[in-house]
Amino acid sequence: MRPIALIATLVFAALLAGLAVLWLTAPRADGPEVLAGLEPDVARGALVFTAAGCAPCHAAPGAEGEARLVLSGGMRFASPFGTFTAPNISPDPEAGIGRWRPIDLWNALHNGTSPDGRHYYPVFPYASFIRMTPQQVVDLAAYLATLPPSPAPSQPHDLPFPFSIRAGLGLWKALYLRPGWVMQGDLPEPVARGRVIVEALAHCGECHTPRTALGGLKGGSAWLTGAPDPSGKGRFPDLTPPALDWSEADLVEYFTTGFTPDYDSAGGHMALVVEDLAALPEADRRAVAAYLKRLPLAD
Amino acid sequence: MSRLRSTILGLGAGALVAGAVALSAQAQGSDNPAVTARQSLMRLYAFNIGTLGAMAKGNMPYDAEAAAAAARNLAALSHLNGKAMWPAGTDNASIEGTHALPAIWEDFAGFAAKGQALQAATEAMAEAAPKGLESLQGAMGPLGAACGGCHKVYRASMK
Repeated sequence: MRPIALIATLVFAALLAGLAVLWLTAPRADGPEVLAGLEPDVARGALVFTAAGCAPCHAAPGAEGEARLVLSGGMRFASPFGTFTAPNISPDPEAGIGRWRPIDLWNALHNGTSPDGRHYYPVFPYASFIRMTPQQVVDLAAYLATLPPSPAPSQPHDLPFPFSIRAGLGLWKALYLRPGWVMQGDLPEPVARGRVIVEALAHCGECHTPRTALGGLKGGSAWLTGAPDPSGKGRFPDLTPPALDWSEADLVEYFTTGFTPDYDSAGGHMALVVEDLAALPEADRRAVAAYLKRLPLAD
Repeated sequence: MSRLRSTILGLGAGALVAGAVALSAQAQGSDNPAVTARQSLMRLYAFNIGTLGAMAKGNMPYDAEAAAAAARNLAALSHLNGKAMWPAGTDNASIEGTHALPAIWEDFAGFAAKGQALQAATEAMAEAAPKGLESLQGAMGPLGAACGGCHKVYRASMK
């Protein structure tokens, strides 16, 4: 083969391989049959909403009280890949997600795929929400629809090339998106309920677990062992013993009032998380504490 | 030879200890009297909330008198005029040894409103604490929310 023909063949092969990867990692979406026959319950949806901590990221920065339920977005998240801005997920039909069907919410939470078939960035913690059940998603959709609409347009993310190209996220999903539990096996109550809150809803691991160079959460013995803040300032604390030696009563108190065993109080984003944890039934706070006392995990 | 070695080792260890002491002083304290005063005030809060929290968590038997005293202390502390403890230029961007964010001075009215919210929460605790354990436990949440309400906006993360 002449060199020019060889090069042409190689280029063609590379293009084919590239197309194959794009096809294999194209955004996935499920059809409405996934949610067929499920009846929504707004009250249960409110609990999912609170446990999943939607407001701490999607409410306007600095929103207090009732204003936390206006999910106009705008909070910014600095990271090594650029700065992300939380979008408007209020029920406004233009600016928000008012036109979404429950299956659209399912595909966003479970597949990281938008209704128009694009990849979401994993700053939206679908790597945790993938563990939500169809019923939880249907209930959450019903609750979100009851919230006040906001006409504030979503602000674009500020990302440099190549992270501005969403197609690459398909590869990320192929590497890191897993529906199984991190703490595996049949667990007794209340640990099992704690697992639902920690791993599926409250997405604790998204901040408190170290990531690979490509931004995937590490599992096993690294799970919830703390991580650098992606903004570059400080660290999210290790939640496993011996680094975290709080008793279950200490943990429940922290989730209820924000007070640490030294009677300092939660600050920063964790103060927003505590606002939601404090609004859950006390049994749920005890369940999270029971889960944390089972750490660390083995590899 | 061995004496020389132990002298060198001793000097080295001494330098390490001195370095560590200097580092920890830098991390925890400040030369600024206003910063020292307000950090001391926070310790007084923490000490008194500690009594209430230990009862709320069941680490200490409920004692109406001790609970009332701690709660009254908190109410008194929240009513101190703290203005002189927060002079301009003592934010964490300007000086070392503080977590106070510049946002305090950009929105001093908002900061003062958090102080008023704390007064309301400590007064509610002073009402609630002597009335029994459940009543005390019920007032812990709002008290924590008042502390956190200020810290989430005006204090840099401690991590």
